[in-house]
Amino acid sequence: MAFADQILQGIFLGAYYALIACGLSFLFGVMRIINLAHGSIAVLSGYLVLALANHFGISPFLALLVAVPVMAAAGFVLQRGILERSLRSGPLIPLLSTFGLAVVLDNSMFQAFGADTKSLANGIGDLSYSSWNGPGGIAVGQLAVLTLVVAVALLGGLQLFLNRTPLGRAIRACAEDPETAELVGIDARNVYAAATAIALVTVAIAGTFLGMRATFDPYTGPTQLIFAFEAVVIGGAGSLWGTLVGGVVLGIAQNLGSQISPQGFLIGGHLVFLIVLAARFLFAGRDWRSALRIPKRAQA
Amino acid sequence: MSLLQVENLNARHGLLQAVRDVSLEAAEGEILALVGANGAGKTTLLRTIAGSHRATSGRVSFDGTELGAMRANRRVHLGIALVPEGRRLFGGMTVEENLKVAGAGGRTGRWTLTTVIEAFPMLKPHLKRRSGELSGGQQQAAAIGRALMSNPRVLLLDEVSLGLSPVAVSAVYESLQAVIAEGRTTIVLVEQDLARVLRLATRVACMLEGRVVLEGKASELSRDQVTEAYFGLRRGEGAGVH
Repeated sequence: MAFADQILQGIFLGAYYALIACGLSFLFGVMRIINLAHGSIAVLSGYLVLALANHFGISPFLALLVAVPVMAAAGFVLQRGILERSLRSGPLIPLLSTFGLAVVLDNSMFQAFGADTKSLANGIGDLSYSSWNGPGGIAVGQLAVLTLVVAVALLGGLQLFLNRTPLGRAIRACAEDPETAELVGIDARNVYAAATAIALVTVAIAGTFLGMRATFDPYTGPTQLIFAFEAVVIGGAGSLWGTLVGGVVLGIAQNLGSQISPQGFLIGGHLVFLIVLAARFLFAGRDWRSALRIPKRAQA
Repeated sequence: MSLLQVENLNARHGLLQAVRDVSLEAAEGEILALVGANGAGKTTLLRTIAGSHRATSGRVSFDGTELGAMRANRRVHLGIALVPEGRRLFGGMTVEENLKVAGAGGRTGRWTLTTVIEAFPMLKPHLKRRSGELSGGQQQAAAIGRALMSNPRVLLLDEVSLGLSPVAVSAVYESLQAVIAEGRTTIVLVEQDLARVLRLATRVACMLEGRVVLEGKASELSRDQVTEAYFGLRRGEGAGVH
């Protein structure tokens, strides 16, 4: 029974990983950018939601509603100010510039908010610890269920948006072949800016859930980035449903690892990540792109 | 007055000058064919007109307005559409999505999803298939249809028959007749089949090593004249049969 419970809790934990990986996966799928500042931006939005909630005395959920347009605007600025410039200089530069951004953000947050750990749990009353109790002593946290629902809705909603709306189609066209997209009348710059804005909205949601389910401090970002990155790679880069699966696999692996040994939590996750990666390379042979499930781009 | 005007255009790929001092015009409804060997600069010329490639000097004017450094997507809104070499469909998207994504940003007019499918009936059974799975001829039809979705006033066609079977080429050109029959769209096409060019085009320009070495009405040019210019047999004798 404990085993089944661990798997169940792993699914809920994985839903959180899927949530935090969503923006990373989306941005990689559209622009082939691995945003190394992803985790730090999630923590930043955690602080933003906390500040708004404290200042106006509102619940974190309401504060998130206010934070969403702010983060969308930040996404637009991030694209125009940093990503677009670095993309022009080759594939390596976005890695360096977003890594630099992560360092700047982490230390600026340390400067501004200090080293104290913060949490949004105070603001959501008993939601942070309430649970539904099932048979056999299995308890399911209400916040965990909410996280799962939000993760599925967000990833599914994004997928629907990409498939069904004109902007979604334009984003997919730019992801495949930006030059040809321009030739059919799409403004790739604006599409990329919109996509980055959408990615940062998902990061704002993820940062809020990070703050509600746990604590964060200015240097929490990189750890979150690693979990998000592992979820993306396990699920297949750039695929949104794959990201959900990847998050859940990671969550289950971590929980089962912690059953084996107290230190097994992180090791279990990393191990599954490495096994999936090695298996992909083994099956794909020398084609590393298909190993990482990176779709090929049209060549000129 | 000509709808599309190219004056003293130069374009390069790094050190290689692909287009040298080219001047061309195309009036409304005209079909201008560009012929020339591989590497003569035809594709670069079309890409420069469409805004995908930056000119080093010279002017491209459309309907009296100089386009300058205007980006490709803005030129589509004015009414210039390019069917690129190699078709360049969005392979992961369905045929219908390929058409819709181009229709969203362009001009409105005669061409809609319905009329494009009418003009290219071979696409009808494949609308929901990923465009990457189609045959070459179907892909080419989809690529032309995609360009038409923005209701261009000038349609630039780059080697629509490249890599297609003769049957597929005929089918694609048959469908193009619908566009030609309408008579208002100006077409600039690059094509290797000289017989077809002389039958289809109203004017022919032959390029050699980046320059236009022969230009004239299709009805007044003989196959031999074009062939000579194509291979550069008359170099130095002065070009241009206007």
